[in-house]
Amino acid sequence: MPANPFNGHTDYGIGLGLRVPHYSHILAKKPVVDWFEIISENFMCGGGRPLEVLDLILEQYRVVQHGVSMYFGSAEKPDREHLRRLKALVRRTNTPWLSDHLCWGSVDGTYTHDLLPMPYTFEAAKRTAAKIRMVRDFLEVPICVENVSSYAEFHASEMTEWEFLGEVVELADCGILLDVNNIYVSSKNHGFNPYDYLNGVPHHRVGQMHIAGHTKFEKYLLDTHDHPVLDPVWKLYAHATRLCGVTATLLEWDDRIPSFAEVHDEALKANEFIGGARGAAPAEAARVG
Amino acid sequence: MHASLLRPLAAGDRMQRKWTDGRPMAEVAAEIIKPNDRLTAFDRLEIYNRMYWFRLVDCFHDDNPGLRAMLGARKFDRLALAYLAKRPSRSFTLRNLCSGLEAFLRAEPAWTAPRTALAIDIARFEWAQTVAFDEEAFAPVTAADLGASPPSRLRLAVQPYVQLLALNHPVDAYVIAVKKRDTLRAEASNATTAARRRAAVRRIRLPRRSKTWIAVHRVENQLYYKRLESSAFRILEALRAGARLSRALARGGAGVTTGQVRDWFALWTELGWLCRRK
Ligand SMILES: [Fe+2]
Repeated sequence: MPANPFNGHTDYGIGLGLRVPHYSHILAKKPVVDWFEIISENFMCGGGRPLEVLDLILEQYRVVQHGVSMYFGSAEKPDREHLRRLKALVRRTNTPWLSDHLCWGSVDGTYTHDLLPMPYTFEAAKRTAAKIRMVRDFLEVPICVENVSSYAEFHASEMTEWEFLGEVVELADCGILLDVNNIYVSSKNHGFNPYDYLNGVPHHRVGQMHIAGHTKFEKYLLDTHDHPVLDPVWKLYAHATRLCGVTATLLEWDDRIPSFAEVHDEALKANEFIGGARGAAPAEAARVG
Repeated sequence: MHASLLRPLAAGDRMQRKWTDGRPMAEVAAEIIKPNDRLTAFDRLEIYNRMYWFRLVDCFHDDNPGLRAMLGARKFDRLALAYLAKRPSRSFTLRNLCSGLEAFLRAEPAWTAPRTALAIDIARFEWAQTVAFDEEAFAPVTAADLGASPPSRLRLAVQPYVQLLALNHPVDAYVIAVKKRDTLRAEASNATTAARRRAAVRRIRLPRRSKTWIAVHRVENQLYYKRLESSAFRILEALRAGARLSRALARGGAGVTTGQVRDWFALWTELGWLCRRK
């Protein structure tokens, strides 16, 4: 969606992930970028270079926070001290919304540092939604949850992944960070139609999108974020924007990171795929796939 | 599933074939995970098991280049697996992955024998860099502040990011040499001169035993190492522990002159190392 309650009624365009190898280029050249996404955890420290760079970036750019360790799907309650630190960062960046993943990754305080898929059960949806609400109430900022790419499915699941995503965000009354590449990767790994996924999520709740590159192995796709975006993902993205409207979009490139210009050019390609969605109300979008 | 991800990999970076109770892992995996037309439940769980270990071992490598150079790749890899198996991450950030390494090396010296003392020094020095890089800095006490208050009134503290190390080996020079060599190695494919190529594969001499006092700190957010005299180190350490200035100075020892103290405090305030005690 363009501006909606889940992205703080903003209308951001195409953004980039703020990554260390690009710091000096950005600070020296001040390229025109609509917004930067930061990994919150990288800046939840006491001081030093990370916060210095962040403050310089904040003087010039709009920043949105993306987290990797909230683990909405893990059973444990969010750690108070962690939330306090995160809230201090939210105040610093003035992020209009905050995203993290629909996944689990820690048990009793032991972290895998992975984004692990959940069993898609009603019970898990309820518990996860309660956690999202708790975090949002504490941080006082809209939250978008992101679908992860996955390599395994559980017998315990009672619904499809997109039904589960819909169930969670309705119960939590929160937004979706729709990762189109993750949908594609999972569709190949689990044998579902990615267009069914796109058609099945509550479009009015999509506050942001992710696009990224992945790697093909013999028997599965891996979400590597070390490539340009592949054609089928661009096609899915075009369809997603037709369904949801032109939405704040971010290119993720996290490994084997090329020059800033190369990453930026790749992100701006998104403009070529949102033509069909411009001007048309999202609800009128054709259902294809 | 969580416990199975954290289990160490078997030979060839494969998932272990048996579960803790002796049952075949294929059976255990199949109870919770669905297969697809290309992968069994075992294969799918194995993807996660491998990713977990690769991620943590990579991080352990990145954080400990000096320790790796000292132990050699094989011994270092064994240490990495032993450490990570015993002390999985308890923090939301991988920045803290090696916070327990010093304690682990002390508790299990076999992994680093016969050079455990040196390994501990290098591990402490490398962890200090992580802390010095992004730990909090408070408003520094200036020379003017020092001049304005009577020393007996001053409640000084050392900035949290300043890491004070009393070591048994001069590991700073060693780790710097390793990093330099590793940088050359990374560039070795375009190394044009024979001298540069030789430098890239050079074995770096291990430091000999010698008491060394080092502060790992940052200036304008760049990391620096500074050798300290033992008395200066003791004064700083006492201030960090919460001692009043007069007490801290006494810890410096009888041989310390007023001139030395004046010079040290001038330097420390210039570097911004001192702040007010909360
Ligand atoms: Fe993503």
